[in-house]
Amino acid sequence: MDIRRRGILKAGGGTGVLALATAAGLLRPGEAFAQQWNKAAFETKSVADTLKALGSSGSTESAQIQITAPDIAENGAVVPLTIESGIARTQTIAILIEKNPNTLSANFEIPEGTDPFVTTRVKMAETSNIYAVVRADGKYFHAVKEIKVTLGGCGG
Amino acid sequence: MADPMRIRANMAGDKVEVRVLMSHEMETGQRKEPSGAVVPAHFIQNVTVTHAGKTVLSAQWGTSISKNPFMHFRFKGGKPGEKVTISWVDNKGERRTDEVVIGGG
Repeated sequence: MDIRRRGILKAGGGTGVLALATAAGLLRPGEAFAQQWNKAAFETKSVADTLKALGSSGSTESAQIQITAPDIAENGAVVPLTIESGIARTQTIAILIEKNPNTLSANFEIPEGTDPFVTTRVKMAETSNIYAVVRADGKYFHAVKEIKVTLGGCGG
Repeated sequence: MADPMRIRANMAGDKVEVRVLMSHEMETGQRKEPSGAVVPAHFIQNVTVTHAGKTVLSAQWGTSISKNPFMHFRFKGGKPGEKVTISWVDNKGERRTDEVVIGGG
């Protein structure tokens, strides 16, 4: 039995076996990247449209979401941001930059066991409000912080 | 092929603290060459972090993540000596996977 299996592996080659596994439903295509890229959401140009594209029908402002970032960013090309949610069962954290050409910057999926906390660096075209949008238990919450930009980071 | 990511994963109490610096242009598609030609967008769209066969963080990114993206987060359930694997895919289908062994506190 085992010898036959070897034979099949050799004959099929790596991709063939993978294709078979896919066909048999053992592996879903793109499983390594659990989800697709939400093109519609990343093309939105306002906070309201982004929220809709992310599946929210409305969001409540929450003091339990903390945005840690400089009040004034000298270089809009690199603005460090830390977002931390104190809301139970936080599932996703999205970063929206109101006055950028495209509002949505990033959407992080937080599985159970991972802290509802993330730090990254974003580009800002100009002084703008930053929205941190948290989905927790299917509901949406947000916090806002204004960051002043002295030198925009999108025009290059 | 893009340069390797620089990843650090260390225990902080009962959690694993992960810091990663990726090497990527993160071109927005808004920028123009001096000739006036638009530089096409080239940016990371999906990032997945796994530990022991489980996804511990995944992200979708737009063009406004800074060049050479940085990310910092924490997850529970890792031990020193185990591996953390990080993968990204960009809008041109280029991809890169790197892993790191979790260090002590």
